[in-house]
Amino acid sequence: MPIVLIVAEQQPDGNLRKATLNAIAAGSQLAQKAGAELHLALLSKDPSKLAEELKGLGAKVVHTAAAPEFEHYLAEVYAPAIAALAQELKADYVGAASTAMGKDLLPRVAARLKAAMATDVTAINGSGADVTFTRPMWAGNVFAEVKLTTPVKVLSLRATEFPAAASGQGASEVKSFTAKIEPSKTKFVDFKEVKSARPELTEARVVVSGGRGTKGDFKEIEALADELGAAVGASRAVCDAGWVPNDLQIGQTGKVVAPQLYIAAGISGAIQHLAGMKSSKTIVAINKDPEAPIFQVADYGLVADLFKVLPELRQALHGLK
Amino acid sequence: MKILVTAKRVEDPESKIKVKPDGSGIVQEGLKYKINPFDEIGVEEGLRLAAKHGGEVVVVSIGAKEVQESLRHALAMGAHRAVWVNHVGPLDQLGIAALLQKVVEKEKPDLVLLGKQSIDDDQNQVGQYLAEFLGWGQATFASKVESLESEQEKNKAPAIQLGADGKTVRVVREVDNGLATLECTLPAVVTTDLRLNLPRYASLPGIMKAKSKPIEELTPQKLGVDVALKIQVLKLSSPPPRKAGIKVPDVASLVDKLRNEAKAV
Repeated sequence: MPIVLIVAEQQPDGNLRKATLNAIAAGSQLAQKAGAELHLALLSKDPSKLAEELKGLGAKVVHTAAAPEFEHYLAEVYAPAIAALAQELKADYVGAASTAMGKDLLPRVAARLKAAMATDVTAINGSGADVTFTRPMWAGNVFAEVKLTTPVKVLSLRATEFPAAASGQGASEVKSFTAKIEPSKTKFVDFKEVKSARPELTEARVVVSGGRGTKGDFKEIEALADELGAAVGASRAVCDAGWVPNDLQIGQTGKVVAPQLYIAAGISGAIQHLAGMKSSKTIVAINKDPEAPIFQVADYGLVADLFKVLPELRQALHGLK
Repeated sequence: MKILVTAKRVEDPESKIKVKPDGSGIVQEGLKYKINPFDEIGVEEGLRLAAKHGGEVVVVSIGAKEVQESLRHALAMGAHRAVWVNHVGPLDQLGIAALLQKVVEKEKPDLVLLGKQSIDDDQNQVGQYLAEFLGWGQATFASKVESLESEQEKNKAPAIQLGADGKTVRVVREVDNGLATLECTLPAVVTTDLRLNLPRYASLPGIMKAKSKPIEELTPQKLGVDVALKIQVLKLSSPPPRKAGIKVPDVASLVDKLRNEAKAV
């Protein structure tokens, strides 16, 4: 039987990255369409806790490998271990969530496996050996249906397009394996986390985003976000200016979000920003410029000064969180 | 220090991309082209490194004769010479990485700088494939701590730090929830994120000088690389359009719509 191998991602804080759950759901969808079996892989300094979480998500086997070298993610250390496991299992598909780690790691795994890869897969089509993948190109302005013709196929899966895998789907077998560890020419130096009490951007139900129009003053954006229990996002311009941390950037080159409600304040709506938020369920735009392109995708547009209307909006929505 | 940088030719990021009715490609008419913005950042970083540490910046592009425009752009910015891999027709990331591997083996650079992704395919793969093919270290999504409006940026200091012994580079990477710093032993592959630097404009003397800088021509055959496609694009389509929204006059009507129509709050 063909095998789909999904790589789980452990965050620097030791927790499972939520996007892994979406990747697992995509993996089981693929397994169903390709008539394959779903397996998971986890590399960690101590995989026991996350292995428990990964059990019962619908996978036949959860493969874990423990090594001190896995404490900090490095492509050169992770890729040989994952590629060797994929070879041992004779996996037909290797995938992971389209996160910074997924995008850094998977092409390197694919190179080892002489495999072609599709990035940011949004849909899985067809069945059996004729499975094809849909993925965005040109900043999400085009969707391409692609077929990978190498024996092994590698995929990064866009979390916002797949539901999160739920537990309670039978106990998976947990198998530990001895990972192949190769010396790395790259050393981990440090990781500076941007800590936030707000929900993670790519998982939030509501996102409030600010652009150039804020002139760098995010107080009202943050106050509204806190009122709604929302995450805060930003356009490229404000990240470039250093007004907010880079990891808040939404767009083709930043994060892709698809919340229930997206509120864009002082964001003009450049093509590259729209690529990151166009799939949001309801979009609200607040902008002084009635011609701003953001109004073309907004369900509700308000032509106004954000500094005037954001406090009003916050008061009107008070106590909703 | 010898630095090899890539210069893919792509559609201008401001152009409106439309799919042909039969889904076989995009409408070419009226499109403008330029160097991939991430590659332009790679060229800039290469020039800054060469200015600080001495050395040469070699720019490479793969494609039909039009890609020489991207090479000339990089040469006008200040790159020293160019390599053009002449190939007509589509390529996938495996093919591109295999061609680049041969160019790297020929040129033997200390550092290869590529954009983290090209804004047409949006694949974000080639640098990583290349690093693995070469058995080199990689630092993807290279960024920096300072903003693009900082004094340091105005001084055009390189964001990639060369180690004291000249054998390593220190790279700050933009990752989920923060910034990670890696140290790579040279030679290494680094892919650029948007916030690594602000590329310079090509000056008029730069443009004039670029005309006499050499472009070496290679082909996949000369490099001994089979570029048969492993990724087949079957069909292109436009994303479903969002239905036109409405403008509301004030906050009260916005809240009313969000509550009663969209049921979003």
